[in-house]
Amino acid sequence: MSDYPAVAIKGVSKQFKAGITALTGIDLEVQPREFSSLIGPSGCGKSTLLRIIGDLIEPSAGIVEVNGKPAHRARLDHDYGIVFQEAVLYDWRTVSKNIALPLELLRWSREKRAARVRELLGLVELEGFEDHHPWQLSGGMQQRVAIARALSFDPALLLMDEPFGALDEMTRERLNLELLRIWDASGSTIVFVTHSIPEAVFLSTRVVVMSARPGRIAGIVDIDLPQPRTGRTREEPRFFELVTEVRERLVAGGAELEGAA
Amino acid sequence: MSLALVQRRVVDWAPALLVFVLGIAAWQGLVAAFNVQEFLLPKPTVIGQTFWDERVSLWHAGIYTFKEALGGFALGSGLAIVVALVFAAFRPLGTAFMPFAVAANAVPIIAFAPIMNDWFGLLNPFSKMAIAAVLCFFPVLVNTLRGLTSVDPRAIELMHSYAAGRTSVFRRVRIPASLPHLFAGLKIASVLSMIGAIVGEYFGGPTTALGVTILNASAYSNFPVAWAGIVLASAFGILFYGAVALAERLSTSWDPSRRDFHAE
Repeated sequence: MSDYPAVAIKGVSKQFKAGITALTGIDLEVQPREFSSLIGPSGCGKSTLLRIIGDLIEPSAGIVEVNGKPAHRARLDHDYGIVFQEAVLYDWRTVSKNIALPLELLRWSREKRAARVRELLGLVELEGFEDHHPWQLSGGMQQRVAIARALSFDPALLLMDEPFGALDEMTRERLNLELLRIWDASGSTIVFVTHSIPEAVFLSTRVVVMSARPGRIAGIVDIDLPQPRTGRTREEPRFFELVTEVRERLVAGGAELEGAA
Repeated sequence: MSLALVQRRVVDWAPALLVFVLGIAAWQGLVAAFNVQEFLLPKPTVIGQTFWDERVSLWHAGIYTFKEALGGFALGSGLAIVVALVFAAFRPLGTAFMPFAVAANAVPIIAFAPIMNDWFGLLNPFSKMAIAAVLCFFPVLVNTLRGLTSVDPRAIELMHSYAAGRTSVFRRVRIPASLPHLFAGLKIASVLSMIGAIVGEYFGGPTTALGVTILNASAYSNFPVAWAGIVLASAFGILFYGAVALAERLSTSWDPSRRDFHAE
């Protein structure tokens, strides 16, 4: 592992052309191997911040470094993989070929690609589906393909933008556990955007709470739940304490929560 | 194909087949019952007999005209695809030219047929190909360009995250994503190319051409031959459309919008 933080954000702000200030004065460091969640009310700029880390959007001010290099360089070096809320699979490619797409761009040989795809299919438990097309898969399976694709070139950093937001509760909880297993197996750093408080607490080592527009960091909650997390973790008193703490930070940051007084 | 699938196909097509048979029977019956003159509308049996008697000359005429249509289709569609790629790659160019392409799409291009005959020569098959090509060009251009440019922005964003270059985005995302649109254009063009060739021949062409055969047969009151020619022209048009539709099926079987419901 490098001596640099996985992500270093210094004084980042973002104004869109329409005059909307999405983010202001963001300072944040994510250490290697950390699982950080960004949580906040809709419109707080958490997805924008994730895209700035990925150099998919330019910040209006401030510096972003990934693995000790400018975000732009890091993108060109394939330092991160990204997963969106929708799987964004390429319909004309089979499961295998979707997973192998980044490897094609990296000019891996056919044999190396095939071996890596087999490994990843095992990791996301999709053996037997390699020749299926995306339309033949359920939403949860599609998202697992998207995760395998993001992990294919073994990036040090995984950026995830509400990856389970469109899934039903049961699928979501199962994929939460799978993601933790993958995180453990791959040794990567994860920055995870969500609007679900229990999900953020369950998955993360650290929850970054953001305030409503313009987005600022309203507080950081360290999640000291024991590893590895299991289905039982959600039933521990400490889990509920931390959920409450994150919720209170959200309210203090100006989020209007239903039933919050 | 499994037996169950064959059965389903038969059931699917049975109503259309029934309508066809009843339609022909009604045509035959009505023409006989009301004693309709042959120059107005011949009986299907007479057209069928003529078709058989004249099969050699009709077939040669049909092939001659179909070759013109095919040539025009290839020329017009090929050029349209190249132009669509250029417009998609250099957006300002597309913005400047597309309004004219859309406007031209509404022009009755067939009106240019006599001019084309004048330019390239009445007996030169290229004059008919040129008409068919111009007819094919605009629908293929408009549809293909729409396909190339209306790609899900997140699909492009994902390619940026992999640091993929422009060529790679075109090859791996824009072009495959545009295939359903391209085929929508090609299907329209397949029908238009046959129309273009036949109508072009109505303005003059060699006697070996199907359009000229139909025109001359009508002029000399040989209506069963004219009708047989029309039937053959229709058959070529339908077969050509079917071939393009088959190519579409084979190359875009992955397209979710072509599915009625999702699998298990």
